[in-house]
Amino acid sequence: MLWDALTLQLGYNATLVAIGATLLGIAAGVTGTFLFLRKRALVSDAISHATLPGVCLAFMVMAALGGDGRNLIGLLAGSALSAWVGLLCMNWLTSRTRLAEDAAIGSVLSVFFGFGVVLLTVIQTMGVGRQAGLEGFLLGSTAGMLWADAMVIAAGGAATLALVMLIRRPMMLVAFDPEYAAARGLPVGRIDLAMMGLVMAVTVVGLKIVGLILIVALLIIPPVTARFWTERSDHVVLISGFAGGLAGYLGAALSASAPNLPTGPIIVLVSFAFFALSLFLAPVRGVLAAVLRHIRFQRRVHMRQGLLALAQGQTIYEPLTLRLLRRAGLVRPDGVPTETGKARSAKALRDEKRWELVRADQAHEATAALYDGLRDIETVLTRDQIAEIDRRIGGPQEVRP
Amino acid sequence: MSGAEFVPLSLTPLLIGIFAAVACALPGNFLVLRKQALIGDAISHVVLPGIVVAFLLTGVIAAWPMMLGAAGAAILAVVLIEAIRRLGKIEPGAAMGVVFTAMFAGGVLLLEQTDTSTVHLDVEHALYGNLESLIWLDASGWSSLLDPEALAGLPVELPRMGVTLLLVILFTWLLWRPLKISTFDEGYARTIGIRTNLLGLALVVMAAIAAVAAFDAVGSIIVIAMFICPPAAARMMTNRLERQIAWSVVFAVASAVSGYVLAGYGPLWLGGTDAVSAAGMIATMSGLILALTARFGPCRSRTGAPSQA
Amino acid sequence: MLELATSEGTTVAPQDLAASPLAIRGLTVSYGQKPAVFSVDMTVQPGAMTAIIGPNGAGKSTLLKAALGIITPLSGQVTVYGQPLDDRRARIAYVPQRASVDWDFPTRVIDVVLMGLYRELGLLGRVRARHRATAMDCLNRVGMRDFADRQIGQLSGGQQQRVFLARALAQDADLYLLDEPFAGVDAATEKAIIAVLKSLKQAGKTVVVVHHDLATVTDYFDHVFLINTRKVAEGTVAEAFTAETLQATYGGRLATAQIDQISRALG
Repeated sequence: MLWDALTLQLGYNATLVAIGATLLGIAAGVTGTFLFLRKRALVSDAISHATLPGVCLAFMVMAALGGDGRNLIGLLAGSALSAWVGLLCMNWLTSRTRLAEDAAIGSVLSVFFGFGVVLLTVIQTMGVGRQAGLEGFLLGSTAGMLWADAMVIAAGGAATLALVMLIRRPMMLVAFDPEYAAARGLPVGRIDLAMMGLVMAVTVVGLKIVGLILIVALLIIPPVTARFWTERSDHVVLISGFAGGLAGYLGAALSASAPNLPTGPIIVLVSFAFFALSLFLAPVRGVLAAVLRHIRFQRRVHMRQGLLALAQGQTIYEPLTLRLLRRAGLVRPDGVPTETGKARSAKALRDEKRWELVRADQAHEATAALYDGLRDIETVLTRDQIAEIDRRIGGPQEVRP
Repeated sequence: MSGAEFVPLSLTPLLIGIFAAVACALPGNFLVLRKQALIGDAISHVVLPGIVVAFLLTGVIAAWPMMLGAAGAAILAVVLIEAIRRLGKIEPGAAMGVVFTAMFAGGVLLLEQTDTSTVHLDVEHALYGNLESLIWLDASGWSSLLDPEALAGLPVELPRMGVTLLLVILFTWLLWRPLKISTFDEGYARTIGIRTNLLGLALVVMAAIAAVAAFDAVGSIIVIAMFICPPAAARMMTNRLERQIAWSVVFAVASAVSGYVLAGYGPLWLGGTDAVSAAGMIATMSGLILALTARFGPCRSRTGAPSQA
Repeated sequence: MLELATSEGTTVAPQDLAASPLAIRGLTVSYGQKPAVFSVDMTVQPGAMTAIIGPNGAGKSTLLKAALGIITPLSGQVTVYGQPLDDRRARIAYVPQRASVDWDFPTRVIDVVLMGLYRELGLLGRVRARHRATAMDCLNRVGMRDFADRQIGQLSGGQQQRVFLARALAQDADLYLLDEPFAGVDAATEKAIIAVLKSLKQAGKTVVVVHHDLATVTDYFDHVFLINTRKVAEGTVAEAFTAETLQATYGGRLATAQIDQISRALG
């Protein structure tokens, strides 16, 4: 069953949904990256919730004009309009009043949604005759998706993606350093607004598949996932688009393979699974790697502190330091240094003296910046340079272990 | 309107609405000042998975297991957000977005997978509540307020919300001073021995309890309006925390009352026949109040530079 | 005597430190993988005014914050008057950097100073006339009496700094720790603050200041602590504030001309 779904053999509707979800996932992943790097991820939450009154109003207007209230293009246009109004309200609150962005997001999100709920109840009692089915926009509903709907989603997703690609450079500049971008003469306000406009486009396109409450997940989770795998911004964009597309595809396929698996939530959960894997397993930025690195680092610090203490004949109280030194065979169980211990600690002390000279010497400024108390001096200076420093220190020559 | 109509049909939903709005606005003041307004957003979204899991574990729709489930989910969410923020070095907004959407999606999925046709538990109810349904059918008029038999038939949500409000007031009153100091200057608060981490967690838990109790009446998203709008509007009115709290309570009560009344009677005035969502209207009114204060409030502009930390 | 980073690790028995208002042993703090402060020992002399000096990013503020338990160190121990920090909080007053708080916070100057009386007031103690009088007196000492009812955001940077100092005075502590109190303040404020600090010293209190202006060190302080990730030197100004120690602290980052100037000023 799942295999059939993955190979798009579960019928017309499932195939439409899978293709739409994949495109949506890519568009959302790519667009969301800029939002995430701009540190405004949750602005999307306000934008998406602010679509609800627009959907309702569009429905009411279209029904009142005698048309089909459920025309997707009309509903999406309405949602875009009210999301835009929400966005402007939010910008006004943060720029003209003392409210910080988080409070502005929260108030726009909840008030627009609340007003939307009022309109939903109005529609329910309007006597339009049939169930409007607008609740489907809350969590998405892919049952009975039409060819035309899929086309709207596909075209919208592709257009959004094209626009993102077109203005990705200025958006990246603004995301990285808005003040510098402004100094370069970029219209930061307008670029920000364009970024939000693109987010709005993704939201509107995604309403049908994942709904307005969960669309933020598609904008936020893939970029966060991608960030674990690379330090390059252009790669974050690519990986995020890939992760978003894959989650959309797998999620849609999974949901088609069994009953009671709503498409939107499944896509979000698949995306979250990618995130969780990345959080733990990614090299360098992953948790596992970080924990291992921290343990190694802490040991190096204790080891070094212990060696320096030994070299100066001081007693060591810190139990971890003692344990590490003992395990390395540098001190005996009674705390007295072994021969190796003596040699290593003398070397540590001498290195410390060398560093001192390096750091006091203007000629070594670049090297001195590398000082962190742990680095072996051999890794940053040549043999000749060390010899030169030793000559200045004078006294006995280095003890070789 | 006569007491015979008002008491059974409107008194309890109105009181529950007021209690919920005030119980959320009080911790909301601190959340807004701490730039943690969106914690309210996150908490309210994860209430749904919390109650669904509680229902799956106990098999009944009962208040206390659900309250516990939702509070548990809120704490889990906060811990996860903090963990992702620290472990993954992800900015807090994005960490929140990851956690609450995933948990919400999980809740919806569980709900769809479970047979809840026999019980009243559905997504829409969870999203925007049903304040109007919390009526007091045993009442016949104002005299019922003294009638023990009628009082026994009060909707359980009313005493629950009342107790929650008392708890929130007690919390705010007891911890007023440390809350104020640590919200203003966390580093300093630590040097005078205030356990700021613990206090921050307690504030979030308090907000979660308020959100869970209010959830029944107004659903999980409109709760956010109650957390943020009255304190944000109060912020525009004064430069003193004590007065800000007082204003936020005034605004919370005003939104609850005007929202409830407009939802119930507004359509009638306009010639309609049916009431609209009271919870939605309360959120709308709180937004309107915020808009007015943001435009005309005496203290609407910034005075000092925001912190760089 | 000049002492170039010698004692290491958590190696000094606690009983030797009882007399010091603030004794730090083997303190290492790191942000990520790079230590900001590495294995630092510091023994603050009672009744002295000590400046913590070092280049930008040398760990000055980090040292102070770790000593106060605001950030958690990787290793090391801190004693205050011979006891663990948590038992001696009442004897410490801290003045944070101005940029660390939200100055748009809804509160008045007098309320901020009253925060300094938190330990005395407790959770629910009422603010009585004598508390108010104490707070006003502290404001008076920093020349801010007339501003008591202002919202804090309406103050200039220097005035904000003085309010922070007044809050610390209200704590009536024995050890005062100030993080860059002179950064970005006007000359009048600098004068007012230094006058207060000197009066604290007269009253037998101990003062430690993170300081960045080398030109004023000899005027303001009697002890210095030079740090650049590691301790470079510690002692009286005459002993430890020399061309040699400065060179060791600042390395290439301090122009030779500046050092010459300072050593000339030192005579």
